[in-house]
Amino acid sequence: MRDNAKVLVRQVGLPRIIIAGFFLLLLVAAGGFQMDLLQLCSDFLRRWGMYGVLVLAMVPAVQCGIGLNFGISMGIVGGLLGGLIVVEFRLANIPALVAVHPLLAQWVGILIAILIGVVLAAGIGWLYALLLNRVKGSEMTVTTYVGFSIIAFMNILWTILPFQSGELIYPNAGQGLRNTISLADSYSGVMNNTFAITIGSLTIPTGLLLFFFLMCLLVWLFMRSKTGEAMSAAGANPNFARANGINVNRMRLVGTILSTVLAAVGILVYAQGFGFMQLYNGPMMMGFTSVAAVLIGGASPRKARISHVLIGTFLFQSIMALALPVANQFIPESNLSEVMRLIISNGIIIYALTQTGGGDRE
Amino acid sequence: MNNRKASDKGGMTLERSYVLKMDNISKEYSGNRVLKGVSLQVRPGEIHALMGENGAGKSTLMNILFGMPVIHSTGGFEGTIEVDGQPVKIDTPVKAMELGIGMVHQEFMLIPGFTVTENIKIGRELSHPNLVSRLVGKSMEILDRAAMKKDAQAALDTIGLKLSPSQKVGGLPVGYMQFVEIAREIDKTGIKLLVFDEPTAVLTESEAARLLETMKVIASRGIAIIFITHRLDEVMEVADSLTVLRDGEFVARREIAETSVVEIAELMIGRKVEKLVEDQGEDTRVLSDDNIAVSLRNYVVHMPGELVKGVDLDIRKGEIFGIGGLAGQGKLGIPNGIMGLYTASGEVRVNGELLDLSRLGEALHHKVAFVSEDRRGVGLLLDESIEKNIVFSAMQVNNDFFHKYGWIRLHNGSATRRHAEEMVKKLDIRCTGIRQMAGRLSGGNQQKVCLARALTLNPEILFVSEPTRGIDIGAKKLVLEYLVKLNREQGMTVIVVSSELAELRSVCDRIAIVSDGRLASILKPDDSDADFGLAMSGGLKQGGGQRAG
Amino acid sequence: MNKRKIMDQLFEQKVVILFVILCVLTIIASKQPLTFVANELFTRIARNSFLVLALIIPVLAGMGLNFGIVIGAMAAQIAVFLTTHWGFVGIGGFLLTALLATPMAVFFGFLVGKLFNKAKGSEMICGLVLGYFADGLYQLLFLFIFGGVIPINNPKLMIATGVGVKNTIDLKDTIKYSLDTVPMLTIVEIGFYIVVAAIVLSALIKLIQKQPVNWKKSLISLVVAGAVYAVTFIPAVESFLAADRLLLLWAVELWIAIVLVWQIAKFLWLKVIRKEDVNVKRTLAICVAAVLVYAITYIPAVYEILIYVRLPVMTYLCIAGLCLFNTVLMRTRLGQNMRTVGQSRVVANAAGINVDRTRITAMIFSTVLASWGQLIFLQNVGTFSTYGAHTQVGQFAIAALLVGGASVQKATNKQAILGVVLFHTLFIVAPLAGKELFGNAMIGEYFRVFVSYGVIALALAMHAWKKVAKVGPSTEFAPASAGALGGGSSASAASGGTAG
Repeated sequence: MRDNAKVLVRQVGLPRIIIAGFFLLLLVAAGGFQMDLLQLCSDFLRRWGMYGVLVLAMVPAVQCGIGLNFGISMGIVGGLLGGLIVVEFRLANIPALVAVHPLLAQWVGILIAILIGVVLAAGIGWLYALLLNRVKGSEMTVTTYVGFSIIAFMNILWTILPFQSGELIYPNAGQGLRNTISLADSYSGVMNNTFAITIGSLTIPTGLLLFFFLMCLLVWLFMRSKTGEAMSAAGANPNFARANGINVNRMRLVGTILSTVLAAVGILVYAQGFGFMQLYNGPMMMGFTSVAAVLIGGASPRKARISHVLIGTFLFQSIMALALPVANQFIPESNLSEVMRLIISNGIIIYALTQTGGGDRE
Repeated sequence: MNNRKASDKGGMTLERSYVLKMDNISKEYSGNRVLKGVSLQVRPGEIHALMGENGAGKSTLMNILFGMPVIHSTGGFEGTIEVDGQPVKIDTPVKAMELGIGMVHQEFMLIPGFTVTENIKIGRELSHPNLVSRLVGKSMEILDRAAMKKDAQAALDTIGLKLSPSQKVGGLPVGYMQFVEIAREIDKTGIKLLVFDEPTAVLTESEAARLLETMKVIASRGIAIIFITHRLDEVMEVADSLTVLRDGEFVARREIAETSVVEIAELMIGRKVEKLVEDQGEDTRVLSDDNIAVSLRNYVVHMPGELVKGVDLDIRKGEIFGIGGLAGQGKLGIPNGIMGLYTASGEVRVNGELLDLSRLGEALHHKVAFVSEDRRGVGLLLDESIEKNIVFSAMQVNNDFFHKYGWIRLHNGSATRRHAEEMVKKLDIRCTGIRQMAGRLSGGNQQKVCLARALTLNPEILFVSEPTRGIDIGAKKLVLEYLVKLNREQGMTVIVVSSELAELRSVCDRIAIVSDGRLASILKPDDSDADFGLAMSGGLKQGGGQRAG
Repeated sequence: MNKRKIMDQLFEQKVVILFVILCVLTIIASKQPLTFVANELFTRIARNSFLVLALIIPVLAGMGLNFGIVIGAMAAQIAVFLTTHWGFVGIGGFLLTALLATPMAVFFGFLVGKLFNKAKGSEMICGLVLGYFADGLYQLLFLFIFGGVIPINNPKLMIATGVGVKNTIDLKDTIKYSLDTVPMLTIVEIGFYIVVAAIVLSALIKLIQKQPVNWKKSLISLVVAGAVYAVTFIPAVESFLAADRLLLLWAVELWIAIVLVWQIAKFLWLKVIRKEDVNVKRTLAICVAAVLVYAITYIPAVYEILIYVRLPVMTYLCIAGLCLFNTVLMRTRLGQNMRTVGQSRVVANAAGINVDRTRITAMIFSTVLASWGQLIFLQNVGTFSTYGAHTQVGQFAIAALLVGGASVQKATNKQAILGVVLFHTLFIVAPLAGKELFGNAMIGEYFRVFVSYGVIALALAMHAWKKVAKVGPSTEFAPASAGALGGGSSASAASGGTAG
C-alpha cells in the first residue's frame, strides 16, 4: 500500500498533489460558506480560457530547448500593439459588418488585432531567438531580464506613440496612452459571448473555450509534424538532433518565434475576456504566472505537453478564482489572494529550478 | 638508466620497505566484478608503471587508493592496503592526502585566474593569526603571501621549473600547467607516493621528455611514483618496474631490466579464449580494392579528447572493417567527424561521392548510418518512447512514417507502431512495450534500439561505435552476430569502432589501429598479439607501408 | 602598441564610459544647478552604497549577482517594525534594530545559501524568483500575521481593523537620521574605546594561549590612541568635532592632508629607516595629484559645490568600513576559499575546501550586510514604505554595480562606488531631463527604469555569451538527463490533443 502511494506521489509529483489538495480544500470551504458553486465554475471556465493561450506559449519554448520562457512579454507587447491599432482605427466597429451582426464585426476586429500581433511578434521573436541562441544554458536568467527590459522600454513608447483615439490616450491633454484601456466599445468579450451557454448561474464561454482548444489542437498538430518532431528532439537532446542532421539553432528559432507568437495571441484572448488592455507594467509578471501554471500542470524546464497546459491553467486559475471570495470570508477586503498568488506561483518555480537546475554540472 | 641504482637498493631491502602494498584487491559495482584479486607493490623512490588497456581496472584501483567516495558509496572493496608496512584504512581522499599519497591529475586541477603560488598552495594557504581569528577561528587568519611565495618557489626549484611564482597560470603553455600541478604535490609535506595519471597524453614531445626527466628527479628524492600510461617507450625509459592488469585481473609484475617491449605488449593484449561470434556459414562475399565504400584522405577531426590528426584510409564495399586503438587516440573521432558531429576537414568520399563536411546531415543523405558510442548523450532521446526513437531518423532523413496532407506531413502512428514492433521482435529488445521510455531500458536494450534506429534508415554503410560498451555478454553476442548477418545477407558495409580488440578480431576482415590521431597500421585479425600491442602503444609505427590500397 | 593598450582598456570600460557620457548629457539636458545634483547625489551615495557593496562577496564566491539581498532587506524591515512598535528611538534604537536584524539575516542567509546549493548554476534566476516568493511571505506576515495571529495593539502602526500593518511607517520620531547624526566627537570616543579594548583583549588571549606578547608594541599603540583622544579635548578641535556633518570642502582638504602625510611618512620610513627601494615616481605622482586636486577646489563652480554639500560622517565611515571589510576578507583564508570556489568548484573540492559551506557563508555575509544596508537606507529616507521599500532593492543595487563596470564574475569596491555615483546621477536627473526635453517627467522616469533593467539584461546576456563561447559549440549542452518532473507523467500529448 505504502509503496503504491509512493509511486503515485512520484508519478503525479508532490507539488501537484499539494496544489490539487489545496484546490479541493478551497472548494470545500467555498461550499461551506454557501457560495454559489455554479457561478464559481463559470469563473473557472472563463479564467481557464482567458489564460490558456498564454500558458500554451510555454510548450514550444520548453520543447525547443530554451526552457521556461519568462520573456513572453516580448510577444505580449506585439499583441498589445495589434489591439491598440484595432481600437485606434475602430476596426471592430466597421459599420457594414456591424449591420450584419455586432459579434461578426468584433470578430473581424480581434482577428485583425491577432494578425497584426502575430506579424509583430514573429519579428520580435526572431530577434529574441537570435539572442537566445547565443546564451545557451542561461536562457531563463536572460529571458527574465530581457522580458523586464522590453516592458520598461515599451513604457517609454506607450508615452510617445502617436495614437489619437480618445479611448486610448489620457484625457485633458495628458500625454501618452492610458494605463488601462477599456475595450467595451471594441471587442470586449467577443470570444466569451460567442455561443455562450447559460444554465442557471453557470455560464459556459463556449467561443472562448473553442478558440483555446483550437489553439491547442494547432500546436498539437505542429508537434506531430516533421518540424515539430525535429524541434522537440533538438530541445530534448541537441546532440541527438545534430546526429540526425537537424539544425538545432534553427529549431530553437522556430520554437521561440512560435512561443512569442502564441503570447501575442494569448494576451489578446486575455484582454477580450478581461474587457481591458493593460499597458505599462501590467504585463510585467505575466511570464511568471504562465510559467507557474505550466509547472503546476506537470511540466519541467525540459518537457511540457499540452496536457500540462490544460491541467495547470485550470488548477492555478481556479485556485485564484476561489481564493478571493474564500479569503474575504476570513478577512474582508484583504488581498490575501494576491499574496497567495505570489507564494504559489513563485514557490512552484523555485521548486522546479531546484529539481533540474541542481546537480553540479561544472 | 640513471636511477637503476635506486631500484637495486630497493631490491636489497625488499621485504620490509614497500612504501605501498595493495594486496588481493577486489571490487564489485552492482554485481559486476571490475577488480579480481589485484596486487600492487611500490618501493620508495622507484617509478612503477601501471599498465593495461582501457577498462583493465587501473582507475578503479587508483580510486580505491585515494578512498574516493565512488568506491565507498558502492559497498567498499575487499583486500588490504599497507603504507610503509602499516595496514591502513583509506576511506576519504583527505585520509590519502594525510598518508602522503598525491595525484597529478590528467585534467588540470588549476585555476587560470590565480597565480602559480595561489595554485600551488590551494586549500593549504599559510596565514598569520590575528585578533579576530583568535576569537572566531582559523578561517579568518590573514594570508601570509610572502611565505607562500617562498614555498612555491622552493617547490618550483625542486622540479627545476624556471617560472615566476607570481605569474598567472592562465597564460602559461599547457606543458607548464602540468608542472605546476607537480609542484603542488611536491609542496605537500610528507609526500611519499605520487600517482601520475597519463601525464604525457596532453604534452608535446619535448614537454613529455622534460616531464619524464622531472619524474626521475622526484624519484631520486625518495618519492615513489606510480606511472599510469599506455606508452611503452616511456615505460622503458623511466620505469623501474611495472604491473600489468587486464580485465580487472592481475597479469604480471616485472622489473624493467628483466623484460622487453614485446613481452609487455603481449601481456597487455593477452589472448582471449571466448568466441564471440558463431560461424555464419559460408562467406560468399567478393571484396575488391576497386570497389571502395568509404575513402578518407588527409582526414582531420577536432573532437576534443579524440583528435584525428590526418588519416588516409580506404574501406572496401561489403567488408566488416574494424577501427581499434586505445581511448583518447582518435579512433572515435573518425565516425563522429564523418557524421558531422565535430568539425572535420579533408576529403571524405562515400561510394566515390565527395561529402560536404560542413553540411549537417550530409552523410545521412548518402545512406551512411551511425550508432554512436555515447548512447545516452547522442544515441537516444531518453524521455521518448522506443518507437519514437526507432523511427526518428528515418522520419527526418527519408520522410518515412508520415501521413501527407497537401504540404503538411503528420506523424503516422500506425506505420510507426508496426515497424517498431517488428524491430523489437527482430532484435529481441526486452521491454514492456514499444511505448516504454528508452531511458528506462538496460544498456544492452538501449544499444539495440540505437541499432534499430540506424537500420530503419536502410543504410548502405553502417558505422557502429563501441557496439558492446557496458552491455552484458548475451546482448553483446546478439549485437555482434546481427552485424555479421547484416553484412553477409544484405551486403552492408559495416565499420566497427571499438576499444575491445577481442571483439574486433572476432568479426572484422581487417582492423586499423589508430594511435595518436594517426593510422598506426592495418592488421589482419589473426596477426600476433605483439603486433597489436605494439601498434596500440605507439611503439612501432608502420602505418604507411601497410595502408590498404 | 601603447595606443592599442589604451583602446583595449577603453573597450573594457565601455559600460562605464557610456554611462559617464549619458550622465553628462542628461545633467546638461535637465538644466539643474550642479549644487543641487551634487547634494542629492551625496545623499544617495550615503543611502545606497552599503547595499551595493553587500553584493560583492557572492560575486567573488561565484554565485553571481545576488538577487537574494531583498531577503536581507526584509530582515531589516521586520526589525525596524518591531523596534518602532516597542518605541526605541535614536542611535540606541538603531543599534538595537541592527542587533535584531542580524540573527534574522543570518538565518535567512543560511536558508538562501542552502537553496542556492540545490540550484547551482541558476542562482540568479533562483534568487530573483526567491525574492518574489519571500515577498509573498513578507506580505503574509505584515498583512495577516501581525495583528491577525500575533496581537499588536498600536493604532499608529496598524490599520484601523487591527489586522495588518499600515502602508507607510513614519520614522521621523524614531530612527530617522540616527546614524547620520552621530557627532564626530562620539565617533572618535567610541573609536578610542574600541582600540583600547582590542589591544587589551589581544594581549589577554595571547596570555591565555601562552603566546609571547609584544608589550612594547601594545603600549605604544595605547599611548598613540590616548594621544589622539586627548587632542579632542582641545577646545578648537572639540567644537569642530561636535558637528555631525562634515562640509565636503573640509572632507576633501582632510583627505588630501592625510594622503600627503601618509605618502611622505611611508617614503621616509622605507627610504631612511628600512633603506629599501621605493618607487619615487609613484610617491611623487600621488603627491602632485593631491596638490592638483586641492587646486581644483579653488575653481568657483567646484568650490560652490564643496561648501554646499555636507556629509553624514558616520554613514560614510560605515561605507568605508565595509570597503575595508571586503578587502580584508579577501585576504583571509575564508576569502581565498571563496575566490577558489568562485573560480572552480571542482578544483576547490579537490583541494579539500567544503564548497557548499563556503557558499553558504558567502550568502550569510551578503544577507547580513544587505540588512544593515537597508537599515542605513531607511534611517536616511525617514519613512518606511512597508510593502514597497524592499521590492526594488536588489534590482537597483545590482544595476548600480553593473553600471560601475562589474560583471557577473568580477566586482570590486571601486566599481561599486563608481556605479552608485553614475547610476544615481542618472536617477536624479533623468526625470528632470525628460521633463525639459519632452515636457513629460514620466519619460525620464521610464527611461531610468529601462536603464536599470536593460543594464542587467545586458550583463547577464554577455556573461552567458562568454560562457557559451568558452565551452565551445559542440559541448554546450550537458547530456539530457531524465526530467524529474516531467519524466513520470503518463498523460501523453495525445490525450491533450483529443480534448481539442
